[in-house]
Amino acid sequence: MPDNVSRPGRLEQDAHRLSAIGDWTLPHYASLRDAVARVHEAESIDLERLGELDTSGAALLVDLLGPDTVRDVDRWAPNLPAERQALLRAVADASRSPLFAPPSPGGGPLAALAALGQTVERLARQQRQLIAFIGLTLSTLLVTLLTPWRWRITSLVAHVEQTGLNAIPIVALLTFLVGAVVAFLGATVLRDFGATIYTVNLVTYSFLREFGVLLAAILLAGRTASAFTAQIGSMKANEEIDALRAQGLDPIELLVLPRVLAMTISLPILTLVGMLSGMLGGALVCALALDISPTQFLNILQRDIPLRHFLVGMVKAPLFAFLVAVIGCLEGFKAKASAQSVGEHTTSSVVQSIFMVILLDALAALYFMEMGW
Amino acid sequence: MSERGEAIVEIRGLVNRFGQHVVHHGLDLDIRRGEILGVVGGSGTGKSVLLRSIVGLKRPDGGTVRVFGEELERLSSARRARVERRFGVLFQRGALFSSLNLQENVALPLIEHAGLSRADAERLARVKLALAGLPPDAARLNPAELSGGMIKRAALARALALDPEVLFLDEPTAGLDPIGAAAFDRLLLTLRDALGFSVFLVTHDLDTLYSSCDRVAVIADKRILVAAPLAEVEGTDDPWIRDYFHGPRGRAASQAARHHSSPNGEER
Ligand SMILES: Nc1ncnc2c1ncn2[C@@H]1O[C@H](COP(=O)(O)OP(=O)(O)OP(=O)(O)O)[C@@H](O)[C@H]1O
Ligand SMILES: [Mg+2]
Repeated sequence: MPDNVSRPGRLEQDAHRLSAIGDWTLPHYASLRDAVARVHEAESIDLERLGELDTSGAALLVDLLGPDTVRDVDRWAPNLPAERQALLRAVADASRSPLFAPPSPGGGPLAALAALGQTVERLARQQRQLIAFIGLTLSTLLVTLLTPWRWRITSLVAHVEQTGLNAIPIVALLTFLVGAVVAFLGATVLRDFGATIYTVNLVTYSFLREFGVLLAAILLAGRTASAFTAQIGSMKANEEIDALRAQGLDPIELLVLPRVLAMTISLPILTLVGMLSGMLGGALVCALALDISPTQFLNILQRDIPLRHFLVGMVKAPLFAFLVAVIGCLEGFKAKASAQSVGEHTTSSVVQSIFMVILLDALAALYFMEMGW
Repeated sequence: MSERGEAIVEIRGLVNRFGQHVVHHGLDLDIRRGEILGVVGGSGTGKSVLLRSIVGLKRPDGGTVRVFGEELERLSSARRARVERRFGVLFQRGALFSSLNLQENVALPLIEHAGLSRADAERLARVKLALAGLPPDAARLNPAELSGGMIKRAALARALALDPEVLFLDEPTAGLDPIGAAAFDRLLLTLRDALGFSVFLVTHDLDTLYSSCDRVAVIADKRILVAAPLAEVEGTDDPWIRDYFHGPRGRAASQAARHHSSPNGEER
């Protein structure tokens, strides 16, 4: 069938008689379609010189003659082999119902306006859903806390390993580098005032209060919130969530709580790692570039930096962790049963959780400043 | 046109294993041009794995698989793609592209391989979907919005998109209503007679075996027990085959088939 030299299909019209010539097959579909479109009305067609015929060619013949005429193919083309008649009949039957689905709505300024409205509405709905989901998670958490035999220690530990333990190297490396950069910046700016010694304060302040927790939270948002969304989203696509529900199991308790709790445990630890390693990076730069020895660094740290900065940084960690985890899980549940949708929601979960972390951090900074902490 | 009956797929001494678990050991099988080859065997005997190793999705752990006289493994990727274009595959679980609607699913190979314009391809796709027995308004549905049987039909339409030379069908009638399954059997015969393709048909549906298959291959014990016309297979002396064809369901299906074909011979 394939390697034979193919004779391109043609439609010939002479003396009110149409004839189909050559191969009416998929490779010639486009040109044949044009030829068919040029013919206005046809009752029958001469198929004596027809070469190959496949379903696409048969579909074109049906387009040309209409399904009813093709159905009666034995009347006007009795010499056509029986199997071809059967093919034509099958395609004619299939084309009997209208094949044109309704067109999708067009564009225009009004549509753009409508899209804008829908986006705003979706944003509002998203926030409502988030708050509702937080409530659901918290109430499930409360119930579960009171019934210790339902605690899922194994699952929790597994998630702590994935989200916390496995993230330690990357968090440490990243904060170390940022710590070094901050120290360099401080050194450059403060040198003009002859106050390079305050680089120590700059690094420790920023890492204890802000950078330690912020960098760790953003990393977890990218690393873990996306994983949560993809895991739960593909479970949803595969009807696994429905299967859980149908077995009387609570997906919030089974899937969300272990993840949220694991995150709430992991992020404070990662924050501590981030603070330490950021200050280490700063101390290294101080030692190498500013001749502030590590001993001196530690001395200043101990003398000048009150404990409350550490606490201000630390209290934010569980809050951020909870939000990032909840957003990751919720986006997973919102995914529809398609690869595209899982991808979109994974993106959305990362963007949302980073946004929320930074927003909350800004609010917290304002609050702590006003309180004089 | 090449001769009917020549082997277009030759499998010799095929070995497949997953870790310690040997699925096939020394399996031999031919698919001949223009035939509908039914493949039967118990659950987990490796029918789907066999299909995957023929179309090149699983690298055999031993033996050779020649398709159109060539080993897919040895071909350059361009030539391999050209061979693979001559396949149509219906996967056991449908494997429709979840981000595309049905007409886009079927139109994709038409656009990519046959070079049709999008409008042409989607129109042809709707014909194929209708041919597979789906209503016209299903064309814009997404795979997630389909029933189990509709998924099978849509997957069949996609497998037929390019009018392939070899059609691999993994349990196409599982999940279809009996009327739909009978219509499927008829469609398969009609298309095979008109287009002359070969079919590798994995099925548990005895009616399909009786009504459509030219030969039946039985997988058991990690190899092909017999591959022969149905009458011959039925007579093979093997406990599994005896249970399969002479159990209550097998008897009913064979009686129905005999009943159908003897009084009015024009059924085929
Ligand atoms: N990707 C895989 N990894 C490991 N084992 C596999 C894999 N795919 C299949 N198997 C094993 O190979 C064996 C054959 O599987 P296969 O899917 O071919 O069965 P089948 O004959 O198609 O059964 P069914 O009729 O139920 O579809 C099974 O035992 C299965 O566990
Ligand atoms: Mg299978």
